[in-house]
Amino acid sequence: MEKQLHLSDKKISIRDLGDREYFYGHKACPGCGGSLALRLALKVLGERSYAVVPAGCMSAVGFIFPQMAFSCNAIISTFPGTASMLSGVAAGARALGIKDFHAVGFAGDGGTADIGLQALSGAIDRHDKIMYICYDNEAYMNTGVQKSSLTPIGARTTTSPAGKRLKGAVTHKKPMFEIVAAHGIDYAATASVGYPLDYLRKLEYASRVDGTSYIHVFAPCPVGWGHDTSDTISVAKNAVDCGLWFLAEFSDGKFTLNHKPGKFTSAENYLLGQSRFRHLGEEDVKDILAERDSRWSRILSEWSL
Amino acid sequence: MIPAQKAFLSGNEAVAAGVRLARPHVIAAYPITPQTTVIERLAEMVEDDSLKAEYLHVESEHSALSACIGASAVGARTFTATSSQGLLYMAECLHYASGGRFPVVMMNANRSLALPWNIYGDQRDSLSLLDCGWIQVYAEDAQESLDLIIHGYAIAEDPHVLTPFMINLDGFLITHTYELLNLPTQEDVDVFLPPFRTVNKMDLDHPMSLAFTAGPAYNQSFKQLQHQAMMSASKVIFETEERFGQLFGRHYPGLIETIHCDDAEFILVTLGSVAGTVRPVVEKLRSLGERVGLVRIRYMRPFPDTEISTALAGAKSVGVLEKDISFGYEGTVFTNVNSALMRAKVLPPRLLNFVGGLGGKDISATDIERLFLRLKSPDDGETVAFI
Ligand SMILES: Cc1ncc(C[n+]2csc(CCOP(=O)(O)OP(=O)(O)O)c2C)c(N)n1
Ligand code: SF4
Repeated sequence: MEKQLHLSDKKISIRDLGDREYFYGHKACPGCGGSLALRLALKVLGERSYAVVPAGCMSAVGFIFPQMAFSCNAIISTFPGTASMLSGVAAGARALGIKDFHAVGFAGDGGTADIGLQALSGAIDRHDKIMYICYDNEAYMNTGVQKSSLTPIGARTTTSPAGKRLKGAVTHKKPMFEIVAAHGIDYAATASVGYPLDYLRKLEYASRVDGTSYIHVFAPCPVGWGHDTSDTISVAKNAVDCGLWFLAEFSDGKFTLNHKPGKFTSAENYLLGQSRFRHLGEEDVKDILAERDSRWSRILSEWSL
Repeated sequence: MIPAQKAFLSGNEAVAAGVRLARPHVIAAYPITPQTTVIERLAEMVEDDSLKAEYLHVESEHSALSACIGASAVGARTFTATSSQGLLYMAECLHYASGGRFPVVMMNANRSLALPWNIYGDQRDSLSLLDCGWIQVYAEDAQESLDLIIHGYAIAEDPHVLTPFMINLDGFLITHTYELLNLPTQEDVDVFLPPFRTVNKMDLDHPMSLAFTAGPAYNQSFKQLQHQAMMSASKVIFETEERFGQLFGRHYPGLIETIHCDDAEFILVTLGSVAGTVRPVVEKLRSLGERVGLVRIRYMRPFPDTEISTALAGAKSVGVLEKDISFGYEGTVFTNVNSALMRAKVLPPRLLNFVGGLGGKDISATDIERLFLRLKSPDDGETVAFI
């Protein structure tokens, strides 16, 4: 059912990654998708990395003095300042004559699509040579699961409660991938921790891009989503298989779909397997599926395979 | 020493000239009146390659300072400039830079804060951010502005200090006023200001985590260290000015400057460009036999409490003139001066706060004469007077 397309021929396998850990001993919850996204990325990028992590779960669990969880250079940025700090790190290192380094940011969905969007837009506009990775757990987790602009419609969060009148979030996810692409970004991709090989390949490619690269990685959070901590990977995989998330790339002004599900798996199962969606009725699910299908018909007609 | 060149520059251009001489690696800034000509001149210098720096066209002041912090965190020397609304837009990053001990140097063009909108000078912008952990200095003219940029890097980057440095220029009155000044040579500045070296950085050979979280058990210790560093800046400021004087022949008086204070009965305390209006008035009144004096505060942080209380010890009547008001109480400079006097148990019989120049309202020599008259007249019970 799947067809994988590669921008780069360089395939990367888990075995290539080596044993060295760069994000380890942190205090993330069991089954945390975001921490997996960081761990894998830093294994690809290696020790010559400067990691910039804004306020959010990953900084909260990784930098508790005196126990630092990064074994490469790392710094917490202000919540809105991931991209601007990355630009400063890259510019400073360049000006000092430092070569062969990665300035890589790891921001949550709120830190990316809401408060950090302006600085990200500025960095992409300048084509600064930075890597920006958004780990999307679809809400403000660190402050207790509040709604962000990447919370999907229908999801219950602590600020989009499901009650008699409203059924969780009432807006669709902001199309971040298309938003960064519309800037003419040098490279952008979507990924999922449920498809690690695809994610690793994109990381490796992004690390060699001479300009700004952006990877939006789907990263379930058992605490906020209400699934079992052992199901993180299957939830992340199901999201792609049922068509509610997608794996794609943008480069040279062109969109490419990397993974075309032949037939979607059950989106109901995906949704109702998580407590944040369990209040949804048949009609609500139907609306979500209709939106999914119209997005896919656009993707299939406009993007190459 | 190679003889310095003369140049006819505005305050902003003098700042740009000083920045070029300091050889920053990264400049990130966002335009706002009346700061704009600083960043325009710097952009031209980068374009004509007379300044080899990375110039980041950021999309906001928040990003300007955030980028400077990032660059400083890998050991680069950085510069930014802003004013008013822009300074407030940076507020989160101001504390971030000082808490992380990143010695960014910034120029702030003092300007009123909206509302009502107004682009002219008062000092409410920087004074409302006195507690953000930056060294704050107020220049009186373009020459001092240029020299303070060079002092600024030396002081901020001193390993005992490692604290960001904000140089305040009164909007338009200094930023846009032209003056003949001495331009130091690059050779001399290179001797005075060696490249920035720090251990507080992300180093690829010795990886570090910076800007971390410190809970209740540790947090206050970091804050105490920050306070100590700022306190120790006083000594470094004196040493830096001493060294500067020897090399460049221009001598600066430390945290405050005093004019005729030794035997003065009536003293005005002020800061920034208005000191230039007070000086000739003091000389004129002195020639008429009046025992008047002037204290010009240069540094608001670290605050020169002993210097001020010593200078004011013999005065009968003291007026603090400032372009600031903390609504509901009094001017911030006045509060600070008052507290310094209380600590030293120096209690002048009369202490008045003159608040003026808000939104650029003119303060003339005649106004200053009137203030001295007021200091001489019997106490009318008023403490805060708008002029
Ligand atoms: C300027 C500012 N506003 C608000 C906050 C509070 N805050 C800290 S982390 C956070 C949530 C982060 O959410 P997200 O970016 O989605 O990352 P996650 O916690 O989900 O990993 C919020 C709202 C802050 N630190 N700074
Ligand atoms: S709350 Fe969610 S995102 Fe945050 S550390 Fe726990 S599992 Fe990870």
